[in-house]
Amino acid sequence: MTPNVAHGQEHHDHEHQAVPSDPTLRVKALESLLVEKGIVDRNALDALVDTYENKIGPRNGARVVARAWADPRYKARLLADATSAIAELGYSSKQGDRMLVVENTPKVHNVIVCTLCSCYPWPVLGLPPVWYKSAPYRSRVVIDPRGVLREFGLDLAEDVEVRVWDSTAELRYLVLPERPAGTENLNEEKLAALVTRDAMVGVAKVAPPQAEGRS
Amino acid sequence: MNGIHDMGGMQDMGPIQYEKNEPVFHARWESRVFAMFIAAGAWGRWNLDAFRHTREVLPPADYLRVSYYEQWLSGLLDLLVRRGLLTAHEIASGVPRPGEPKASPPLTADKIPATLPNRIHAHRDVGVLPRFQVGQRVRARNIHPTGHTRLPRYARGKVGTVYLDHGVYVFPDTNAHFLGEKPQHVYSVRFAARELWGAEAAPQDSVYVDAWDDYLEPA
Repeated sequence: MTPNVAHGQEHHDHEHQAVPSDPTLRVKALESLLVEKGIVDRNALDALVDTYENKIGPRNGARVVARAWADPRYKARLLADATSAIAELGYSSKQGDRMLVVENTPKVHNVIVCTLCSCYPWPVLGLPPVWYKSAPYRSRVVIDPRGVLREFGLDLAEDVEVRVWDSTAELRYLVLPERPAGTENLNEEKLAALVTRDAMVGVAKVAPPQAEGRS
Repeated sequence: MNGIHDMGGMQDMGPIQYEKNEPVFHARWESRVFAMFIAAGAWGRWNLDAFRHTREVLPPADYLRVSYYEQWLSGLLDLLVRRGLLTAHEIASGVPRPGEPKASPPLTADKIPATLPNRIHAHRDVGVLPRFQVGQRVRARNIHPTGHTRLPRYARGKVGTVYLDHGVYVFPDTNAHFLGEKPQHVYSVRFAARELWGAEAAPQDSVYVDAWDDYLEPA
């Protein structure tokens, strides 16, 4: 049996923290307190913010996709063992987050969600956008993926198979988008520049060179 | 628990709110909450499952109303107090309890590029046998735990096929409540969209759910 763990004992005896309308001052006070007590280091906070604002983001994933497009052997490794293949490029480690890469083809379209919270492949995409974490996307993409994708401007043909991946465990998914036509002569760097975050979540396709907009 | 967070399959939540050129954080305080959560988490006093549950127990109306990082702030304060890093009095007063020596933060700036702070550490290399095989038909159990669980309501009672065995992971239903890791196999289970949503769904479409051994039974 899955235990009905002691939710009542654990949670009903403490007050839920009220959330203020503007958390700015409250967060400042909390940071000062944690720093003063030696629980967190202020330089570490700065470094963490800098890492996720400037170093870890969808450019990482785009380089993984471009490498897979350019090198069929890398692509085979990526689809067989994404954790190791992504570690090869230095964006994760074999001891880090377990990754799975799912491949879009003319006949199969993959899209990623976390219906229960906000799980997202940080090492390759950085932190998720607000829409990914919000109720409209999380609730609807499992029951009406085609309708949701149309809202993103992506109209899939009826005979395409749609696979929705709900990130309910500690596996993180990345979509390997289809390589667009007209990119045969592009090098990896130029290929990577075409790849968008949305395409790696599966809510868009990668547009051919020169095309504007997200889909 | 059958909370508002378990929203897969709900309708009428409105259109997708897409923001072009969205910043990583929308205000400085969001980035500080994010960083404080990671840095305080380095004390090892809690786990991600416990953190997820702090957000799930927000009153449903608040869960939908407040922003994402407000949920994080509420969860961080809850864990800091409940796991003994701060007292409620310290939070209210903003002043450390007198007479305590200053601690040494476990996460310092020099460790950050090397440690990849998002590492989840939920995989366990222990010899637990799988209860199911790839290709086997399984039913997600019709269970309604009142604590934390990662089996979404929309899958319960539905029949799917084991697509992959991911190996052994800690079990969120116990781990979130500090009741042990109970390591067990996690599988990717494919559910046909028609099994989940009925005849209106496209016959070839599907939803893949990662499910722990304890969530499944033979079908």
